[in-house]
Amino acid sequence: MTAISQPINDIYRTESRRILATLVRLLGDIELAEDAMQDAFNEALNHWPVKGMPDNPRAWLISTGRFKAIDRLRRQAKFSTYAELPDDHQIDMQDDPALQDEQSIVDDQLRLIFTCCHPALSAEARVALTLREVCGMSTEQIASAFLQSTTTLAQRIVRAKSKIRQAGIPYEVPEQEDLPERLDAVLQVIYLLFNEGYSASSGENLLRQELSNEAIRLGKLLLSLLPNAEIQGLLGLMLLHESRRHARMDDDGDMILLEEQNRALWDKQLIEHGVALVEQALKSGEFGAYSLQAAIAAVHCEAESASDTDWAQIILLYDKLLELTPSPVIELNRAVAIAMRDGPTDGLKLLHQLQQQPALKNYYWLQSAKADLYRRAGDKQNALKHYQQALGLTEQAAEQRFLKKRIAQLS
Amino acid sequence: MKYICLGYIEDKYFEDLTEKQQQDFMDSCFAYDEELQKNGHMIGGEALQPTNTATTVRQRGGKLQITDGPFAETKEYLGGIMLLEARDLNEAIQLMSHHPSIGMGGTFEIRPAADLDAMFEQSRLRRSSSNN
Repeated sequence: MTAISQPINDIYRTESRRILATLVRLLGDIELAEDAMQDAFNEALNHWPVKGMPDNPRAWLISTGRFKAIDRLRRQAKFSTYAELPDDHQIDMQDDPALQDEQSIVDDQLRLIFTCCHPALSAEARVALTLREVCGMSTEQIASAFLQSTTTLAQRIVRAKSKIRQAGIPYEVPEQEDLPERLDAVLQVIYLLFNEGYSASSGENLLRQELSNEAIRLGKLLLSLLPNAEIQGLLGLMLLHESRRHARMDDDGDMILLEEQNRALWDKQLIEHGVALVEQALKSGEFGAYSLQAAIAAVHCEAESASDTDWAQIILLYDKLLELTPSPVIELNRAVAIAMRDGPTDGLKLLHQLQQQPALKNYYWLQSAKADLYRRAGDKQNALKHYQQALGLTEQAAEQRFLKKRIAQLS
Repeated sequence: MKYICLGYIEDKYFEDLTEKQQQDFMDSCFAYDEELQKNGHMIGGEALQPTNTATTVRQRGGKLQITDGPFAETKEYLGGIMLLEARDLNEAIQLMSHHPSIGMGGTFEIRPAADLDAMFEQSRLRRSSSNN
């Protein structure tokens, strides 16, 4: 490795996503911008060892990339009469103030995020494209993290890019009127990514868990680009979940319920950061469902033990959440919280009512929650019966192991 | 960019409306269409007669076949098409999301028009050279 290639590697690591975002704006096409950036870094490897590093490497790379892309288009144009050429005035733009301006760099990144997460793309395509273009993961890495073939993933990304081109999905931050809805689509991608990594057990490949870190990084980036209460809420929620990563499974990869987790294993720093974000989000008064879920997680994280949990506060937060996004699963969680505050008999009454809802009729978690309340009430027979019913309703290995363990403890 | 917006509706949206409500709805649709025409966004479009007026022409076994229909299996049917000029997909979505028929339960499928100019030109060259 020559003396200069290390700085180039460092610049690639820290600047490549920003350079790509700006090139996408200048060239109007993601694929063209990717090739242009590759060309620019190759050019840097040739030139910088001879001529030394430019004063502003980022501006140099963007300007060179743009020049290379126009060159590429010119060569293609020789074979096709109808290719459109971008106007090529001011080919050397190293001194262009826009390339030195931090705000326009920030805007370019934000534009790229909103383009990759456009609701006109499928959820799968949004996730893959965001990881590829915004996070800079390779197609092989993404495929491996999602346990899919590289060919499938590569095709998904190619199709998404061609839809962006053909359908005219713009490279822009949505107008104020559309922003809440579009931001929702972005937050959805980030949370999906986080959960994909969070549900991975410790035995599974590390890349999968890396998805959670990537989601947190994205959340932080988005918040730095666009101050907003729900982004704070989502980031807080992810940090609070993440704080319990090492406590929520035992050495065999079996789930450990919140109340039985060793709280000394919870990451205090992440909790502190998460709680601070939740408080800011709630104070703003413009929060949504992510902030409320984060607030519930925060109450759990701040309790010294399961019995110290402020259940009244949690019930209140569930009520607010239900107002905002009615859902039978949230009602179920609320019923469990009420059981924790008022005792298992009250909880069971609510669960019996909830069972009438079609969405919950065959839901394993409802049967499991009932079983748990019977167990607490000392009704061993009914507890066993409902654990058995729950076992018949889930296909997930980790959930099955958990239920079998409970049944063994009671028998 | 040119977009073709396919408007789908269901009869049930109108069943429970009084005559006055139906008129109000039509008025709001026409007013919005006029607005889109005036600001240069709507560059064409037609409403369609009901599906029971449709005729299908195809060739089967070398013979021309003309039939009644097709009748969609869904209750939702294509009620009209609009040719829309918009800066990009975001603008197209914004314009169509304000269309009164959306509020009534209707849906729009927004598809970009395909630019066949290059293909047409190549074809023209092929045809003129084979004529010589």
